[in-house]
Amino acid sequence: MNKQAQAVILLLVGGAVLRASLTGQYLNYVKAGLQPYLVAAGVLLVLVGLFTLWYELRPGHRHEHEHEHEHDGHGHAHGGPKVAWLLLAPVLGLLLFAPPALGSYAAGRTGSAVTARSEYAPLPAGDPVRLTMLDYASRAIFDRGASLGERRIELTGFAMRGPQDSWLLARMMVSCCAADARPVKVALGGELPEGLADQQWLRITGKYSGRELQDQVNGEAIPFIEVSEVTLIPVPQEQYES
Amino acid sequence: MTLTQETPAPSEPVPARRRWRVGSVEVLAAVLVLVVLLRGPITRSLATPALQTWLTVFVSVLTQAMPFLVFGVVLSAIIAVFVPPSFFTRALPSHPAFAVPTASVAGVVLPGCECASVPVAGALVRRGVTPAAAFAFLLASPAVNPIVLISTAVAFPGQPQMVIARAVTSLVVACLMGWLWQAFGKGSWLRMPSRAHLEGMAKWPAFWASVRHDVLHAGGFLVIGAASAAIIAVVVPQSWLAHLAANPVLAIVALGLLAVLLSICSEADAFVAASLTQFSLTARLAFLVVGPMVDLKLFAMQAGIFGRRFALRFAPATFVVAILAAAALGPVLL
Repeated sequence: MNKQAQAVILLLVGGAVLRASLTGQYLNYVKAGLQPYLVAAGVLLVLVGLFTLWYELRPGHRHEHEHEHEHDGHGHAHGGPKVAWLLLAPVLGLLLFAPPALGSYAAGRTGSAVTARSEYAPLPAGDPVRLTMLDYASRAIFDRGASLGERRIELTGFAMRGPQDSWLLARMMVSCCAADARPVKVALGGELPEGLADQQWLRITGKYSGRELQDQVNGEAIPFIEVSEVTLIPVPQEQYES
Repeated sequence: MTLTQETPAPSEPVPARRRWRVGSVEVLAAVLVLVVLLRGPITRSLATPALQTWLTVFVSVLTQAMPFLVFGVVLSAIIAVFVPPSFFTRALPSHPAFAVPTASVAGVVLPGCECASVPVAGALVRRGVTPAAAFAFLLASPAVNPIVLISTAVAFPGQPQMVIARAVTSLVVACLMGWLWQAFGKGSWLRMPSRAHLEGMAKWPAFWASVRHDVLHAGGFLVIGAASAAIIAVVVPQSWLAHLAANPVLAIVALGLLAVLLSICSEADAFVAASLTQFSLTARLAFLVVGPMVDLKLFAMQAGIFGRRFALRFAPATFVVAILAAAALGPVLL
C-alpha cells in the first residue's frame, strides 16, 4: 500500500469515527461518555491523513520515500503495512451498513445481570416514579420490593419473548462498548395489549408484585411488574443503560 | 532543535513520468465503488440477527478501541521521537531484576485500555528499554491503572477485597512474566519493524510518520482481533457456562478462556465479571487478571508489533501464569 492509499484510509477511518461521534450513531456502539475522546481521535486521524498527503504531494518528495520503505522486512511490500487494508472493514461497517444497537436477539442469549446494592435509598418523588430497569430489578430481587412498596413505577425498554409464553421488558447495559452489554430483564404481568412485537420499544407503568421468573440462560431471577399502562414508543436515541 | 532545509535533491533524478500501473490507490477506489454498488445485496445478506449482532459487536469494539489506540500511538510516537533513550536508562534501575517491578508499578500512570499499552511497549523496546521491563509494563498497565481499579470497585460494591486482589495478582503476574522473559526469553523471537526511515528525519515529520505507521499497523491487527472476538460473542451462548461453574478448577480455567475469547476492554470487564454470578470469586478474579493481559485483540496486536514468534510464546505463557496466580492468590485474598 503506498502512502497516498494510506492517507486515504486514515482519512476514511477518521471521517467514519467523526461522523459516528457527531451524529449520535456512536450511541449504538459505545457509552455516551466516550464522545469527546471519539471526536479527538477522529480529528487526529484526519490530521495524520492530511499531513501524509501534504508530505507526499510536495514536489520531489514522493519517490524518495517509497524507496526507504521497500526493505523493512515486515510485510510492507509497497511502503505500508498490508494489514492496514483491513481497516476498510470498520469504515464500511460504520459508513455504509451502520448496524443497529444490540436488541432482543443478544438479550435472549445472555442472562439477566442484576447486581445487589448495599443499601436502597427511598424512591424519588413522582407519580409514576421513573426508574432505570436495573434500579427496579435490583430493588425487586434483593430488597424484596421493600423500597418499592405500592408506588406506580415507569420503566422503558424493549419487548422480548420470555420463558413460559411470557413477555419480558429488557434493556441492555453497557459500561464501555456493546461487547460488554448485559441485559436486565423484567417480566410483564397483567393485561397486555394485543400484537406486542419482539424488539418493540415500550414505556410501561405498573406496580411491584413479588412474583418472579427464572432466566433460562443463567438461572437468575426475573422480577415481575404488574402492568397498568403500556405505551408503544419510537426507538430512543440512547438505547443502552449505563 | 534541528532546523532542516528540505531541498529537492538535485542529484537524484526525479523520474520524468512513471509508467501508469494499478497501484493501491486504484485498488482502494475500485473496492469502495464496488461496495457502494453492491450495498443492497450485502445489506440483505447481513440481515439475519446473528450476523447483525456480529457486525454490531465488531464495529463497537473498534469504535471503543479507536481513541485508546490513537492515544497509545501518539504516546509511542512521542517516546520514539522526542524522549531521548538516556531518559529511560536513568529512570529505570539498571539491573533487569529490579527494572521489572519498577516498570510494573509505572503501569499505574497509563490510564488507558490495553489497546494503548501494546504500541507504547513497542516504542519502549525500540528505545532501548530492557524487554523484560517493557513486557512487565505491557501486562501491568491495563490491569492496575486507576480507572480500571475504580470501575472494579463500582462493579463489586461492598467487596473492596476484589480491587486489592485484582491489583496484587496482576502486579505479581506482570513481574513473574518479566523475570521469566529475563531468564528464558530470546531476543531472536522478537521481530520488531525497523524504524530506519525515522532516523535523519526532522522531528515533526518523524512524529507524523510514526503515528501514521502505528495506527495503520496496530489498527489492522486490531481489526483481526475485534472480528474474532465478535464471532465468539455470537457463536458461544452463555448457557454453556452454567455447566462449567460447578467444578471449581474447571470454573477458573473456563473464565480465563472466556476472558481471552471475549476481548473486553479492561475498563469494562469488571462489570461482566460481576454479572457471572454463578462462578466463584476466584474464577472471576482469573477472568479479571487474564483479560487485560491475554485476549484475541491483544494477541493480534502483539503479533503485529513484536512478531508472531514472540506472541505465540508470550501469550500462552502469560495465560498459564495468570491462571496459576489467580488460583493461588484468590483463596487467600478474597
